[in-house]
Amino acid sequence: MKEIVVISGKGGTGKTSITASLSYLAGEKAVIADCDVDAADMHLLLDPDQFVAKDFFSGELALIDQSRCTGCNICYDTCRFSAIINSNNIYSVDRIGCEGCGYCARVCPEGAIKMVEQKVGKLFISTTRLGNTMVHAKLGTGSENSGKLVAEVKKEARRISVEKNADYIIVDGSPGIGCPVVSSLSGADFVLLVTEPTVSGLHDLKRVYKLVEKFGIRAGCIINKADLNQDIARDIREFVEKENIVHIGNIPYDNSFTGALIEGKTVSEIRGSLPGKLISESWHKINETIK
Amino acid sequence: MKIAIASGKGGTGKTTIATNLASYLAETANVVLADLDVEEPNTGLFLTGESILGEIKYKDRPEWSESNCLLCGNCQQVCNFNAVIQLASQIIVFPELCHSCFACSELCPTGSLPMVKDRIGELKGYRKGNLTLIESRLDIGQEQSVPLIAQTKKLVDERYGDSYMKIFDSPPGTSCPVIEATRDADLVLLVTEPTPFGMNDLILAVDTMKEIKKQFAVIVNRYGIGDERVIRYCENENIDIIARIPDSRDIASLYSKGKLIYTEVEDFKEELKKIHNYIKSHFNTKL
Repeated sequence: MKEIVVISGKGGTGKTSITASLSYLAGEKAVIADCDVDAADMHLLLDPDQFVAKDFFSGELALIDQSRCTGCNICYDTCRFSAIINSNNIYSVDRIGCEGCGYCARVCPEGAIKMVEQKVGKLFISTTRLGNTMVHAKLGTGSENSGKLVAEVKKEARRISVEKNADYIIVDGSPGIGCPVVSSLSGADFVLLVTEPTVSGLHDLKRVYKLVEKFGIRAGCIINKADLNQDIARDIREFVEKENIVHIGNIPYDNSFTGALIEGKTVSEIRGSLPGKLISESWHKINETIK
Repeated sequence: MKIAIASGKGGTGKTTIATNLASYLAETANVVLADLDVEEPNTGLFLTGESILGEIKYKDRPEWSESNCLLCGNCQQVCNFNAVIQLASQIIVFPELCHSCFACSELCPTGSLPMVKDRIGELKGYRKGNLTLIESRLDIGQEQSVPLIAQTKKLVDERYGDSYMKIFDSPPGTSCPVIEATRDADLVLLVTEPTPFGMNDLILAVDTMKEIKKQFAVIVNRYGIGDERVIRYCENENIDIIARIPDSRDIASLYSKGKLIYTEVEDFKEELKKIHNYIKSHFNTKL
């Protein structure tokens, strides 16, 4: 079983569209994990049935029992996150600011503060319309701990892949280089970097690749919208070559991605689509690389 | 006046709007543009100026000092993030898990966990005419962007008063970094695109803004590329769409080179004027 993680650094490079196409090409042999839990979109193309749904709890939030509070202000002075609100000597907790460290609850002399476990999201196990098993999640509005939810999605995906004897786990990661990305990279066999030839695309690719290097994972790169800027596309190819990243393929700027998306399909299912053909070739090359 | 530019989905054009709007407004007012997308800061690729600031940013975390430690286990017990672990006869600190709450350090009976500073990133400032750019950059391998975002906002607040229009370029998504970047804003502009992905992530972003009780409006970018569902959704929800940036290969090409758009594309400048007018009419500001 090989675990392939698709990331990009920069958002909007076509990561999810390409991951969905790879899921189409891998079919029943793949378990799909949507680890972009902040803004999960792959379900729009793969139509998972949400057969199993479970609540995901992580972290805590402080809650002040006002009937026991004497207004001593110790919690206010203790909190490093300015999350205790004192409004005319009525103390409460700013839910957005509270990090759940529990320090206030430990020092409250009246025992008036308790820590409440938070439901931060929902995790689903589905079969997609393409026959893949898919693990995906929805982070609660404004929640923290997306890294932990990502870890949970991956854990489920791994468990199922062993159970089903799957050939691949295909992971759609999130933009950036922070905790959800770190979480989606851990334990991967191959990282597919989807970039675009723009100054931001290249800048963000270089940063996210530095992170990939720290993990020592083998990487490949797809340049999407490759004809948008020939000069930067060349800079990307030079960077990829220098860093020993496998150049998996180029895909031109093409509106058939959007057309397919509106129909709720992957671009690989659109007859005669050039991106579809190029993604098939890329999939072949990925398989040769990870063999 | 603080305006945050945000979106659920990445790559919808936040940085394009933020850099062009800041530069356009700076033609007539003092503007600070703060890049709070500290994981992947890009505004500096589009705007430059004379360097005015450079600071290393740190985060506090405990460091074990062995000599007086009683190995009582209190630190491990008080840490809600598993960042301090007692293993046999030593205390191990995991800096990447630490939220800098100080509980283990201040509640240690022997003072064996003094707080030390770890570098998490770098803040730089540039100025060109009326426009000041503040850009923070998280070090690779650091997982938590919230402390750096918070410190960047603090610096902007301390240095630049009410006579400045402040624009915050936010990270994508809907979780803690976005909330930190938008929570002090007077207005949040949500940039989306008229596709099913754009629509899905706009709904998530709108829910987040409602949850943190922020005033917000929508900018539709790449208008004309997909379908009308985003427009219909905003109409049904009574959300103001204050600009529609046309889908254009010319704009994409200028962006790819790191160039500002409004100085070259008249239609784009018209949309910036609409955004400016909306701000002026909804907030009593001369900026």
